[in-house]
Amino acid sequence: MTLTRFVRKNALRNKRRSILTLLSIGFSLLLLTVMMTIWRAFYMSDGTAESANRLIVRHKVSMANFLPISYREKIRSMPGVKHVVNLTWFGGQYKDNKPENFFAEYATDPQEVFQVFTDFEIPPDQLEAWQKDRAGCIVDTDLAKRHNWKIGDRIVLKGSIFPVNAELTVRGIFTAPPGMSGLYFNNIYIDEGYPRVKGYVGWFTVLADSPQAVSGLAKSIDETFRNSDRPTKSESEKAFNLSWIAMLGNVKAFILSICMAVVFATLLVSANTMAMSIRERTREVALLKTLGFTRGTVLALFMSESIGLAACGGLLGALAASVVVRGMAASPQGGLLFQNMKVTLPTMLVATLVGAVVGLVSAFVPAYNASRGNIVDGLRHIG
Amino acid sequence: MAVPLQYNIRNLLLRKGATVMTALGIALTVTTAIFIMALLAGLRDAFATSGEPNNVLVLRKGSTSELTAGGVSRDALPVIKDLPGVARDAQGQPMVSGEDITVIVLPRTDGTGETNVTVRFMTPTGIELRPRVKLTEGRWFTPGQREIVVSKSIHKRFAQANLGDQIWIGKGNWTVVGIFDSGGSAHDSEIWADINQLASDYDRTYYNSVYIGGTDPVAADALKNRVTDDQRLELSGMLETDYFAEQTSTGRPIKFVGVIVAVIMAIGSCFAAMNTMYAAVAYRSREIATLRVIGFSRPSILTSFVLESLLLSLLGALVGIVLMLPFNGMTTGTQNPVTWSEAVFSLRMTPFVVGSAVVFAVLMGLFGGLAPAWHAARREILASLRD
Repeated sequence: MTLTRFVRKNALRNKRRSILTLLSIGFSLLLLTVMMTIWRAFYMSDGTAESANRLIVRHKVSMANFLPISYREKIRSMPGVKHVVNLTWFGGQYKDNKPENFFAEYATDPQEVFQVFTDFEIPPDQLEAWQKDRAGCIVDTDLAKRHNWKIGDRIVLKGSIFPVNAELTVRGIFTAPPGMSGLYFNNIYIDEGYPRVKGYVGWFTVLADSPQAVSGLAKSIDETFRNSDRPTKSESEKAFNLSWIAMLGNVKAFILSICMAVVFATLLVSANTMAMSIRERTREVALLKTLGFTRGTVLALFMSESIGLAACGGLLGALAASVVVRGMAASPQGGLLFQNMKVTLPTMLVATLVGAVVGLVSAFVPAYNASRGNIVDGLRHIG
Repeated sequence: MAVPLQYNIRNLLLRKGATVMTALGIALTVTTAIFIMALLAGLRDAFATSGEPNNVLVLRKGSTSELTAGGVSRDALPVIKDLPGVARDAQGQPMVSGEDITVIVLPRTDGTGETNVTVRFMTPTGIELRPRVKLTEGRWFTPGQREIVVSKSIHKRFAQANLGDQIWIGKGNWTVVGIFDSGGSAHDSEIWADINQLASDYDRTYYNSVYIGGTDPVAADALKNRVTDDQRLELSGMLETDYFAEQTSTGRPIKFVGVIVAVIMAIGSCFAAMNTMYAAVAYRSREIATLRVIGFSRPSILTSFVLESLLLSLLGALVGIVLMLPFNGMTTGTQNPVTWSEAVFSLRMTPFVVGSAVVFAVLMGLFGGLAPAWHAARREILASLRD
């Protein structure tokens, strides 16, 4: 019998306990993986390479304050700017107020939007059809699938921010990177339907020459409009997305405290199991030592048993988490926040590693005591 | 006959290590659940206690938020003032307030960046329409002056919101002349200022919204319908209380993540409790057989072990509640999608929250204890005695 086999046999000697421990640790680390995935998606994703080239120019106060469309040409004339497009959050209601019918709706300029968002993909004939139809719209593939829309379908959006009901025809179906998916239609629709906001738009997205140019460009745009009636705030697309998350509140502290609670709970479960399991085997340990196993070996045997069990729990949890995260991403209750979230391989490895470390820490005290125990006392021990 | 509870308590005390570790595990789960429930309770409280039952909010037809672009023309005001059921103030003037809302950016005191804050522009009648909002320091703004009054929480959470401070809104600096307390309602996230000053600043010829005070809740309900049905106005009325109640949806992301977190943690804790209880049963196999020989029936053994598991989980609940107590009343903020600014609220461990946490823990104990207890009750006496 090899030592590995010995450890494996011991880990599974009380199958019920092993399974319960595995499940308990697994569920805790599942949660850890979900939290790490949210963290990663919120704070660590760099977005696409194309995204690094873009910056967003909005009113200094908030997105609810509009900017004059005249800024567009002023921005376009600045050095380092390739393309500029205006966007406005329409915020209309599709069918009803239910969360599953909520999606992002943008009014924009069909002529230039695809030149700014170089990572959008659409068949050229569909783009042309949309550019020709002032009451046309395009939707991303996921959205089209969710609502079963096909080209030529009619979509009515009841205006809530604007007193305009947009009656649109689907002219194209495109693919978009995470965060920019949704429905896009011609801004002229709002301009004509609600003259009060004619000439005003929500924000501009600017495509810069290079990622290096972005921060300098942001400064010079803000400088240009600093003393105007409507000062601007320009930032990279990534910084802009982060500011949305910051508005949710102290998300970082929320996630961190849950992660800490989860790791600590896992530690408790694992320590409890190992303490129970090692106590049961006091006599065996004494026997092992009589057979000539050193203290070091006994310690290593228990530790590897615990580490193996907890790491398996971590791996199981991480695998289950990828299913849970997929569910969260698809759930309408989560809104736009969790869209396109995925558990990555490194995150799964981290979860497994956390499991292993928890196994190591939790087994140390009982395993150390067992390895130090007196042989004669151990042999005399009654269960 | 039931096995005395003393037996379970002593057993828990005997296996201190396992008891403490399992209870702490449950406590952590309970703490997390209370934290999330308290956040939601605080948020719900803020919106549920907002709004006067007598007040009707009037917006442009189709609009769902006070912030949305443009709304009520100034010409509509005389029509609204003449509607039956409008309350009158001490001077006999109809209680109608044309209002506007804008959003400004303020830096937080704790250095966690800046955030959006709602500024409500109103008439002095608007203050009268909200009798529960009390001035705690300074005075109300004077019409025609660039003066603002901030809520107590804004005063606390943001730098430059002290009496005498200047805040840049629109085209100039406004001086803080007072601090008000709205007792945890949504107005706690607001700054109040004079509407006429705003109108001249921004050259606005319309109000974003109009508030009407009804003589009583029944009149308010009728007023709401009258405004909506009046063909001249093209406006829609809603009760102020309904308007705020709908904004509770602000808590949706917290609720969504919170439910997932609490459920997953609870399942994990259930398994942990089950593990401990199985160990307890295995450890006492001969003892249980002895109890059976003495004459305790299978159901009473089952009950006894379930009770032991419940005791364990209640201990966990107690520790969890105590752990969360210091956080009760802590103020925090989140983005309100209706006003595009920060909704300030505090963590509230209401009796309902604490009660739910206890029920939550009891459920964990029940699910964790049932299978092991069943196992204990089913064991054959002879086999167990021979163990």
